[in-house]
Amino acid sequence: MIAGNANNAHRNESVALALLKSASAFFIVSIVVLLGYLTFEGTKLFTVDHKSIFEFLFSPTFSPDTGQVGAAPFILGSLFVTGFAIAVGGPFGLAVGVFFSELAPPRVAAAMKPAIEVLVGIPSVVYGWLGLTLLVPLIRNMTGSTGFGLLSAGIVLSLMILPTVISLAEDAMRVVPNSLREGSLALGATRWETISRVLVPAARSGLAVAVILGIARAIGEALAIQMVLGNSPTIPHGLLNAASALTSEIVMDMGGAIQGSVTQHALFSMALLLLLIAMSLIVLVKFVVRRAT
Amino acid sequence: MIGANGRGGPREKMKVEDMNVFYGSFQAIKDANLNVAEHRVTALIGPSGCGKSTFIRALNRMHDLTPGARVEGRVMLDGENIYAPSVDPVTVRHRIGMVFQRANPFPKSIFENVVYGPKIHGLRSHKALVEVAEKSLRAAALWDEVKDRLNRSALDLSGGQQQRLCIARVLAVEPEVILMDEPASALDPIATSKIEDLIGELKRRYTVVIVTHSMQQAARISDSTVFFLLGELIEVGTTSEIFTRPKDKRTEDYITGRYG
Repeated sequence: MIAGNANNAHRNESVALALLKSASAFFIVSIVVLLGYLTFEGTKLFTVDHKSIFEFLFSPTFSPDTGQVGAAPFILGSLFVTGFAIAVGGPFGLAVGVFFSELAPPRVAAAMKPAIEVLVGIPSVVYGWLGLTLLVPLIRNMTGSTGFGLLSAGIVLSLMILPTVISLAEDAMRVVPNSLREGSLALGATRWETISRVLVPAARSGLAVAVILGIARAIGEALAIQMVLGNSPTIPHGLLNAASALTSEIVMDMGGAIQGSVTQHALFSMALLLLLIAMSLIVLVKFVVRRAT
Repeated sequence: MIGANGRGGPREKMKVEDMNVFYGSFQAIKDANLNVAEHRVTALIGPSGCGKSTFIRALNRMHDLTPGARVEGRVMLDGENIYAPSVDPVTVRHRIGMVFQRANPFPKSIFENVVYGPKIHGLRSHKALVEVAEKSLRAAALWDEVKDRLNRSALDLSGGQQQRLCIARVLAVEPEVILMDEPASALDPIATSKIEDLIGELKRRYTVVIVTHSMQQAARISDSTVFFLLGELIEVGTTSEIFTRPKDKRTEDYITGRYG
């Protein structure tokens, strides 16, 4: 009887193990295939069409039908809206996260946590829609421009990354041991001195990760900014100018790009570039976390 | 009051009157009264969960930080109630420092740990900060071990060194009273004896109140001893009285090992 049970347990265990192993193997294979495919297609612009990487990265003219594949307007657009989002949403998000962890009454903090996590999950099309119906008309009325452009996209992105940054910043502050709070206060420090001189420095790697993942969220966002950016494939000259980003340009042109054409290859190269940026951000997160421990 | 502070003894530094402490509806301390003599070591003993840590944390308003905790009664410091509405708890904690059960150095350099208090209290000059650091580290018997690596992280120190660093950090703000909540419970015997020697030195300049789970430690280092049981302050006396002729049957049972 005992032996029989043991055999059953062994059988169940090996079945479970096999399932887990095959699921992991499937996952790893699909990632490798995806990376390989994107790399293969994303480099055709340079290997098959013989365009230069230099032109792709730095030329301001994107007109693949006439053979010009400069993606600089999109790269700049992506960098600008992401930079705007992190410059506005980063400090604001960190401040709110620190507030919820350290200063808000516990009941308020407990109620806000799930609310913020719901905000993280709001589909980007909803943010884009609100930007299109509220923000664009507002900016149009205030400035006399079309309302579409870098400013609108930057504001929408700032709001989008805010819940992510707040939630991660709050988590980073909460894992700071309570003993550090008590230690500082027991020396006659005020709450603010404790926060600014002990807790925030102690949580700095976690706070840095919150900002980096905010950047990752912003740089990869397509739909919300495509809806408010104006989508002009030129280098913008001001905040109110229409522009394009790497992501929004892929969304705009993918439908019309003929299989195997220079246009399609250029879009693949942009996708590959986005992947490289996202991957380097993740590597940066690993680096920050490892250096902290 | 019977005990170390009666009959023309040392001046009374702190006086606890009718203290009750609640966590929500649970009463952790019941009607405690105690006089704490200046320049003496007062030890709080009792089995786990008897309220001695709760009691000591009420002496510098650390319960202000615990959600749901409530302190009733008066705690007088030089005749002034630290729970009076007009009193700023930050000032109270400046005058009454605390060393915790687990060493809690800040993730900063050894130097920055020691000068943290003086800096927030307004000391700016680097020269003065260096002097305070050396003086405090010497007073905490740590100077010789760390003088060549003041800029190294405090987290690289051993557990015993970290705890002495935390004591140095408290000394640097020059409090009048130092509260210690089982400061040696996480340390090995050698580190523990260094801390005990240090406490003997500290009472010359400071008033020390210490929670300990070790009766031997209380007997070695304290002048008067307070016995707690189930949230009640059962007996106060000079340490020799408590350990040789306790008046209360429950105290006797505890010190002779009949409670855990």
